[in-house]
Amino acid sequence: MTAPLLSAVGVTKRYAGIVALQNVSLEVGPAEFAAVIGPNGAGKSTLFDCLTGVQRPDRGHVHFDGRPVDGLRPAARARAGMARTFQRIELFGGMSVLDHLLVADRARTRRGGLLTDVFTGSRPSSDELDRCSAVLELLGLQEWAERPAESLTLGRGRLVELARALMCEPKLLFLDEPSSGLDRHETDEMGDALLRVQSERGLAILLIEHDVPLVQRLAERMYVLDYGELIAAGPTDEVLADQKVRVAYLGAST
Amino acid sequence: MQLLEYAIRGVPTGCVFALLAVGLVLTYKTSGVFNLAFAGQAYVSAIVYYELRKELELPLVAAGVISILIVAPLIGLLLERVLFRYLRSAGSMAKLVTSLGLLIAIPEIAKLLFGSETRRNPPPLWWVRRTDEWLWPEGATFVLDAGQVATILSTVVVVIGLVVLFRATNLGLRMRAVVESPRLAELSGVDSERVSMAAWMLSSVLAGLAGVLVAPLFASLNPFDLFTLLVAALAATVFGGLTSIPLTFLGGILLGVLQAVLAGTLPTDSVLTNGLRPSLPFVVLFLLLLFRPGLRTTRELTDPLASVDAPPPPPAARARPPWIATSARVFGTVVSLIAVALCWFVLDSYWLGLAISGLVLSVTMMSLIVVVGMGGMLSLCQAALAAIGAFAMAQVVAGTGVPVVLGLVVGVVVAAAIGALLAIPVVRLDGVYLALATLAFALMFQSIFVPLSWVSGGAVPITVPRPVIGPLDLSDDRYFLVFVIVCAVATALVVIRLREGTTGRFLQALQTSDVAAASIGINGPRARVVAFTIAAGIAGFGGGLAAIDLGQASYEASFPYLIGLVWVALLVSAGARSIQAAVLSGLFFFLFPALLDKLFALPGNWVDTNPDAPSWVAGIADAIQPTWAQSVAFILFGIGAITYAKHPEGSIEAQTTASVNAIVRRVEARNDRHRVAAGAGGSAP
Repeated sequence: MTAPLLSAVGVTKRYAGIVALQNVSLEVGPAEFAAVIGPNGAGKSTLFDCLTGVQRPDRGHVHFDGRPVDGLRPAARARAGMARTFQRIELFGGMSVLDHLLVADRARTRRGGLLTDVFTGSRPSSDELDRCSAVLELLGLQEWAERPAESLTLGRGRLVELARALMCEPKLLFLDEPSSGLDRHETDEMGDALLRVQSERGLAILLIEHDVPLVQRLAERMYVLDYGELIAAGPTDEVLADQKVRVAYLGAST
Repeated sequence: MQLLEYAIRGVPTGCVFALLAVGLVLTYKTSGVFNLAFAGQAYVSAIVYYELRKELELPLVAAGVISILIVAPLIGLLLERVLFRYLRSAGSMAKLVTSLGLLIAIPEIAKLLFGSETRRNPPPLWWVRRTDEWLWPEGATFVLDAGQVATILSTVVVVIGLVVLFRATNLGLRMRAVVESPRLAELSGVDSERVSMAAWMLSSVLAGLAGVLVAPLFASLNPFDLFTLLVAALAATVFGGLTSIPLTFLGGILLGVLQAVLAGTLPTDSVLTNGLRPSLPFVVLFLLLLFRPGLRTTRELTDPLASVDAPPPPPAARARPPWIATSARVFGTVVSLIAVALCWFVLDSYWLGLAISGLVLSVTMMSLIVVVGMGGMLSLCQAALAAIGAFAMAQVVAGTGVPVVLGLVVGVVVAAAIGALLAIPVVRLDGVYLALATLAFALMFQSIFVPLSWVSGGAVPITVPRPVIGPLDLSDDRYFLVFVIVCAVATALVVIRLREGTTGRFLQALQTSDVAAASIGINGPRARVVAFTIAAGIAGFGGGLAAIDLGQASYEASFPYLIGLVWVALLVSAGARSIQAAVLSGLFFFLFPALLDKLFALPGNWVDTNPDAPSWVAGIADAIQPTWAQSVAFILFGIGAITYAKHPEGSIEAQTTASVNAIVRRVEARNDRHRVAAGAGGSAP
């Protein structure tokens, strides 16, 4: 087996005595589509925060792409190849969809500093525009490119977040409940988009989700969190068949 | 024993700090407003008390009750009812700018109402003057005079009152509930509006009490001293984490004691300690903001219903159709050219001088565009950075004889370097804390560095000659005008390119979503440090130009920190991201008071030239006081800032957007009519 792209070992996080995560370990392989599910308050978002650097875990280590990233801030982890979307949508105010993509591209290539801005101006180059339109096309956002991102529907807003994350050319994409607030139809579209993204870009995806049918459709492997502890891990179908998981999460009676 | 004496001497001052600080914390906790105008409220009560005691000669109790227990809570009630209740859900920046506007406007309104004459020797809130009649303890080697005892006693009364209020009354219980969570309190049937009203009245009483108590410490009443004292008291509020009232109290008293002990023990002959003593509270405030544990991790206190600061709407320039943009550009150019021609050919030296000063100020205003408008950081120390630029330039020019223009460059570099050093710790603070830290820096600079001769030249400002460029001697104001225009245009071009470029986009991303910006790899602290540094450099440039304009680098004349606060209020209300706003507010700052002055002089002039003028005109002429122009101008500047909550993009930007929309609507309506007419014509056989 190849070395995992992301591995977290024994991650523990407490908030004022409440244990949010207890000794959680997980792995995501290159180009793997993995998912974390769990009831509300199970610690899914805290886990994401610990993996992406927003929170420092009290114990445990995170390795990414062959090196420890424990000391890195979120921005540094992003440059190392982690990109993410947010459960509560986080778009930039007063910017068009294309601007979102350009900003992310510039953040990655670090093109354009003070002197460039002042002396040569900062019009997007044709390379940059090509990269942006490739992503826009992949997600079906071309016709919204010039629209202010805030004026779009929630579903398209989430696609913009996804597009922005893709512009970072990540190795691993963290998706925080991409279906929350979407109706069935939009959720299906989101699922299609994610499958397209993964097959075309060949990146690994770690998904937090409530929507079990969506997870079943997308994820190869899944982890189940309950009260901050990992209660199951393995191939999606096997885990979903597990009696313990059915009790904790799917509300099955014993 | 000696030390104990010093410590006890510090207690009264500490009590005043504590009163001010607790009043601030009360309103901050219950309404999320960090009320800088508190000093203005204290000033009004002090004036009312002065007038009642000295002019109307009321007995002490009556004057005290009216000024502290009637006037003060009424002001608090007024502010809450007409202003702050509408800001409950506004962002912290809007609240802070509003209180800044009030800080500027309230003292001037008080001066209009009660007269602006100097009020010497403010009366104490005690029956005896500062004499030895009341020694405590009896026969001791150290004394507290009557005023100090009064201060301590009043503070004790306030402490007991607050404890009783919070622990034993229904209102106190509700206040505590609102502090914990306004939304939850409302859901359980607490009327948080009434609680917030009560908190504003109560905190205003504390402001009034502090104002009346502290007034006798100064030779004459003026709002600046009170505000400086308030900033000192801020150290206590930060000590209490902006939430804990007992800790805030303790912090205030500790601060007073520490100040007195240092005053007693530090050698008096050292320049450094001479500067350190008055500035101690600001140094403490600055250090506390940077290092107090828990401050950075506590979320800023706001209503849970409060949104984040509204994202800036796109500048009208980008939203408008191209044909309007083109015609607006042509129109703007023509107007500017006419204005320049007017300056060149028509204006006399008085108005030309004012126009030049306005343009010079607009360069400093552009530094605010970068740090406030683009960076989202409410820096309150741009005046200090401008002064640094001016001093560096003046020192280099005077010391080495390099050309003035080269000196300007040195000023920019020095200001930018100091700005960068300041920015590195400060940009990690959020909203209110950043504003307070920059304010503390401005006051540290004023009290420690400005008096030093290697900084400012000491008591006599360093003179700065006007440069001579080729055949042009810029001591001719008209040539200097052209020079300033070139400088302003160059600065504006740089700012525009940064705003529209990658730098501006990154900052905009950071301003609207910090977490999302980090998630795509934008290094937030670094981007903010860069913005702050550039702004500092531009401020240094503006400061250098101001010194050349005036002929000397004078802190008093050009850069007092309160004037800097007025600049912020002006620019932010005109439009924190707009060059147009920077230029207009710079010009406005100098021209508007002068125009008002001319206006107020009209009745007098008319009476002078027409002996048979009706007597009511003479009455008006007599009633108008020479300070009115400045007062009215500052009141309007302050009120302008209050509109920020409604138009965060600024009044100029809002106006532009509105008129562009109106034009577009009219054009579309006309096109529709044509189309309808054409359609009707086509369908008729």
